[in-house]
Amino acid sequence: MDAFKEHVGLVVPLDRINVDTDQIIPKQFLKRIERTGFGEFLFNDWRYLENGEPNPEFVLNLPRYAGASILVAGVNFGCGSSREHAPWALQQYGFKAILAPSFADIFRNNCYKNGILPIALPADVTASLSQEAHDTEGYQLMIDLEQQSVICPDGTAHTFEIGDFEKYCLLNGLDEIGWTLQFETDITAYENR
Amino acid sequence: MKTQTMYEKIWETHLVRASADEVPILYIDTHLVHEVTSPQAFEGLRLNNRKVRRPDLTFATMDHNVPTTDRSLPITDLIAAKQMETLAENCAEFDIPLYDIDSPEQGIVHVIGPELGITQPGKTIVCGDSHTSTHGALGALAFGIGTSEIEHVLATQCLLQQKSETFEIRIDGILPYGVTAKDIILSIIGHIGIDGGNGAVVEFTGSAIRALSIEERMTVCNMSIEAGARAGMIAPDDTTYEYLAGKRFVPKDEAFDAAVENWKQLPTDEGATYDRTLQLDAAEIAPQVTWGTNPGMVTDVTGCVPDPSAMATTDEKTATEHALAYMDLKPGTPMTDIPVDRVFIGSCTNSRISDLRAAAEVAKGRKVAETVSAMVVPGSQAVKRQAEAEGLDQIFRDAGFEWREAGCSMCLGMNPDTLMPGQRCASTSNRNFEGRQGKGGRTHLVSPQMAAATAVTGHFVDIRKFQ
Repeated sequence: MDAFKEHVGLVVPLDRINVDTDQIIPKQFLKRIERTGFGEFLFNDWRYLENGEPNPEFVLNLPRYAGASILVAGVNFGCGSSREHAPWALQQYGFKAILAPSFADIFRNNCYKNGILPIALPADVTASLSQEAHDTEGYQLMIDLEQQSVICPDGTAHTFEIGDFEKYCLLNGLDEIGWTLQFETDITAYENR
Repeated sequence: MKTQTMYEKIWETHLVRASADEVPILYIDTHLVHEVTSPQAFEGLRLNNRKVRRPDLTFATMDHNVPTTDRSLPITDLIAAKQMETLAENCAEFDIPLYDIDSPEQGIVHVIGPELGITQPGKTIVCGDSHTSTHGALGALAFGIGTSEIEHVLATQCLLQQKSETFEIRIDGILPYGVTAKDIILSIIGHIGIDGGNGAVVEFTGSAIRALSIEERMTVCNMSIEAGARAGMIAPDDTTYEYLAGKRFVPKDEAFDAAVENWKQLPTDEGATYDRTLQLDAAEIAPQVTWGTNPGMVTDVTGCVPDPSAMATTDEKTATEHALAYMDLKPGTPMTDIPVDRVFIGSCTNSRISDLRAAAEVAKGRKVAETVSAMVVPGSQAVKRQAEAEGLDQIFRDAGFEWREAGCSMCLGMNPDTLMPGQRCASTSNRNFEGRQGKGGRTHLVSPQMAAATAVTGHFVDIRKFQ
């Protein structure tokens, strides 16, 4: 996994609550046996028209948000299925962080395993960041994982919570399986109980 | 004396390592695997030259992608076929037992686990599928994981896990006629919202839960995830032990008696407290129908499509407007006035024999409306055989339902069973998300009885008044 330390990126607002994983990556794209190739299908049914052309009204298709790497969305982002294809699609599209008032549990776990930072901030904060991203073309945020802080262009900083272990893994790009395997004697001892 | 909830007991007895400054390592007793979320996990093992630590605790089946039409014909979806082949190759390479498409045991992973007795009280069970919460109906701690975690469990038989909060949902009283386990869970989700259980393991308690059969309890626990819960569980009792006795992977004879004695230690101690609690009265629950694009957008069948302007927040108003536009519904429309094009009876929520019996009882001697196309997809080959032995297939066929082979089918439409754009479906499945059953398809979640009654009348009906 790639390490995550600091990131500065363009912000795109997705003004919806309860964005489910079926929207993030619809089921017709789950048949691949590889970990790659999902980015082009991110938000497929919202992003493309019936004829396959990009939907000009969908926010990701607006030219001013091209290259966005920070998504701001409503509560309970990533609810629904456990498909890790959802964070794969977000990451392969180019997102490094998702800001929302809350996340669904499995989705949040899956993000950490893929170097994407799910950042929970109070609803009034995400609402104001979303508004800025609407109002100010080229609106960027800086995310400092070490400091657990989202820093606005005017210098305002919003701190966020993250578990120590998740933080450690992201900062170091740690292979979690390797972490667990160092305790193999404990696992064997448990099995022999 | 120390008192604990059932979740806390199972948690504590499965800790491999718990040091104050480390994330806990939890042992996994059973790992269920299917074709869609596992290929990248096996590939990860190969890339890192790792093996499967406990193939003997791992079980695989094919369910999400499988066609439900004639199994003797070749699979026309070549990408789906490749995914199934890949699972078979991975299971062969890593020595994992596989109930493949031709197996008499094949079926939806959450149907065959309990059916074969793989699911047992007190176990930790994971699967790369969010509806793994189903297995909690037998008093297991069961939850869905992503592909990276599948790889983690394959390699280590453990997961790095933080302890969840505990949430008791207590339902006392007697369920009214026509009200089912599906209505209980939809009603709960309507109360607490689709994120009401986030961060928590829910334990369902109370006399109304005790009165449910194991299959009904599975319906309730299955949809815990639709309330955002990490897992749902119900303490084992005599109903559980009777269900388990004689199942293939359940201990026999004296070993069974010993197992039951252990299982009896699992229920939450008297006086133990939960982080959160909610109480509902079973007598107040009515048959439920969803009107929107998530399971929390639900109402009593006697209700109407809501008015977005009546919503409490701007976000909810916008979400409701989006949902009604997608569902092509007008505020104030009585639910029973809404006609459907399709009916789907199946999925890990409602495809077990008791579900099919309940639907067949409604369908018996009636005909599917001319405007409706309806299908029944048993949850497993074993359910299908049992239903055929009881003549349920004939009842459905005579009424004009299609009778299919076992699989996930139109719950998520990964196989050819999908809605066409604009089609409206009464479905016994668990998710009414946009496009879930097919791009542009409109899903309304209901119980099996309500689905069957909707099929014959062509629109939603209050099953309590159905003649």
